Amino acid sequence: MVKVALIGAGKMGISHLAILGAHPNVDVVGISDTSKMVLDVFEKYSSFPCFANYEEMIKVTEPDAVFVAVPTKYHATMVRRVLDCGKHVFAEKPFCLNSEDGKELALLARNKKLVNQVGYHNKFIGTFREVKRILDGEGLGKIVHFTGESYGPIVIREKQDNWRSNPEEGGGCLMDYASHVIDLINYLLGTISKVKGAMLESIYSKNVDDAVFCMLELSTNITGVLSVNWSDETYRKMSTSITILGKKGKIICDANELKIYFKSNDCPQGYSKGWNIRNVTDLTDSVDFYLRGEEYSAQIDHFINTIQGRSTNSINDFYSAWQTDHAIAMIKQSSLQ
Amino acid sequence: MERIIFGDNQFFAVNHISDEKSRAQSIRFKEDKAIIQTLELAMDNGIETFMCTTHDRIERICDHIRTNPSRFNNFKIYPCMPYAHKYANAVTELGYAGTLKHFVPGNFVSSIFKGGIAFLSKDYLSIMELLVDSEMKMFKGIDTPVIFLQNVITDLLLGLGMYDILAAFHAYIKKKYNAEAGFITMNLPKLLQVLEKRGITNPIICTSINKAGFRMSGGIKLYEETLRTKKVRVIAMQVLAGGAIGPREAIEYVCNLPNIESILFGASSAENIRQTAALIKEKSMSSKMQSVL
Repeated sequence: MVKVALIGAGKMGISHLAILGAHPNVDVVGISDTSKMVLDVFEKYSSFPCFANYEEMIKVTEPDAVFVAVPTKYHATMVRRVLDCGKHVFAEKPFCLNSEDGKELALLARNKKLVNQVGYHNKFIGTFREVKRILDGEGLGKIVHFTGESYGPIVIREKQDNWRSNPEEGGGCLMDYASHVIDLINYLLGTISKVKGAMLESIYSKNVDDAVFCMLELSTNITGVLSVNWSDETYRKMSTSITILGKKGKIICDANELKIYFKSNDCPQGYSKGWNIRNVTDLTDSVDFYLRGEEYSAQIDHFINTIQGRSTNSINDFYSAWQTDHAIAMIKQSSLQ
Repeated sequence: MERIIFGDNQFFAVNHISDEKSRAQSIRFKEDKAIIQTLELAMDNGIETFMCTTHDRIERICDHIRTNPSRFNNFKIYPCMPYAHKYANAVTELGYAGTLKHFVPGNFVSSIFKGGIAFLSKDYLSIMELLVDSEMKMFKGIDTPVIFLQNVITDLLLGLGMYDILAAFHAYIKKKYNAEAGFITMNLPKLLQVLEKRGITNPIICTSINKAGFRMSGGIKLYEETLRTKKVRVIAMQVLAGGAIGPREAIEYVCNLPNIESILFGASSAENIRQTAALIKEKSMSSKMQSVL
């Protein structure tokens, strides 16, 4: 059994906690949160030991691993503290407000030989995994262009007053929605190396951006467009997609459906010339416990398996999350010009 | 429960297969009239039970049902609460305390928060009951013999080990609404184990059951064994596994399993509704015949 503690029982925190609570190889030894109400509920209705102070929790419960699911501005301090205690870390995304912090933490985790992972769950969705497999096998030939998009109804009214509306705490569409797409682009096509123009637009928010539009160049010399807007109420929930044009065909992929067009029959096995449609239903491995999507369980399985030596720390490590932070910093910088 | 239950995903652009289809449904069911017409199509095919989330638009559908009692004489609704996105978006915007204040009627929540700090003595189960009441308001005067807890909440409580709240929901639905509580879940074997331990026998559970093993956590074999060996009334959903299996093969598989009391499906077109309903009747009949022989 892997002993796990959680810091931060907000929306993502309790989602992780439920999956961890049901995990056959995990023993949840403690949760900590600053909200009295949250701790009150857990003390009353769950069997998890509760702590108001995360450092005390680590000292008392001696976990093997710690989940950090607090507002982004606290990540750098807390993750460093947890690593210094010699614990494996799963941190929520985006990784750090200041990209230099992320780089240091990636190095620290590597030096201490501790498993480190960040919650970019798209990489565990069957459709995007299949895109990765096809691109790695050069199924699309030379890539010509991409468009990474994400839309959803997070801020659809003028009134906003929480950490999401505070740039100091990691609020804003770029940090939240866009980070997912940036991370996916980094993973599938190559690391973002240049930003050739960026606009951060506020639609309803006063202090943060609600939409991000920019042009990107990758380390692989591929160029493309990023278009993200969390103030689009025509979407029922967050919808992330990527369109990739190659010399041998084209991919249009989101979390539900993968559409691939091949120019000829010179294409990966199982596909044929013309349009091919595959759904997440036949690209998804079953999980032991399901909550809101297989990908949330799959990413935790990956983290626990890595700790137990059954897989390698190859997906969503701190270094890759730092690369995403770095791209975010470049986009911010470019938008000021 | 009736053998066939009509679902509402198609009305609210919930499509697990394609965002394009989801948008098309959103356009097709823009007007309430389109929803009502589709419900009437289902009724013309002998389907008298509608299982739906407590989406804002359902309130207007309920108004229509109340004002047309002769047409909807035997019509039943199985409410599924809460409409998770409504709350999830509120938590994102308002935080936990703000969400409670927003949704719980009256001054109840305001009275138990003092400057955002909760008293340690308060009773969260009363808040749950108030939330249930506020979700149930729209169904006043409509027959709701089974009231469901949505899967996101069921499974969240299941993972968090908050079994008291599951049991409290079950008890409250019986006490207040003289109805049976049902649970939607993506984790049938685990949930059933927990409910049995809490003394909730032969529960009504709505869960994914399909030949592809899609969204059957722990695997298809474990589900089949659970259905064979446990006492449970199952409503099978996602029987087509999002189109991964042909309708005939999919329905045949589900109809031949034990303890499947009902099959839930949603469709938009008259032809799809007719065909699916006919298939379920046909396969249920031949399964019955086989068991008699």
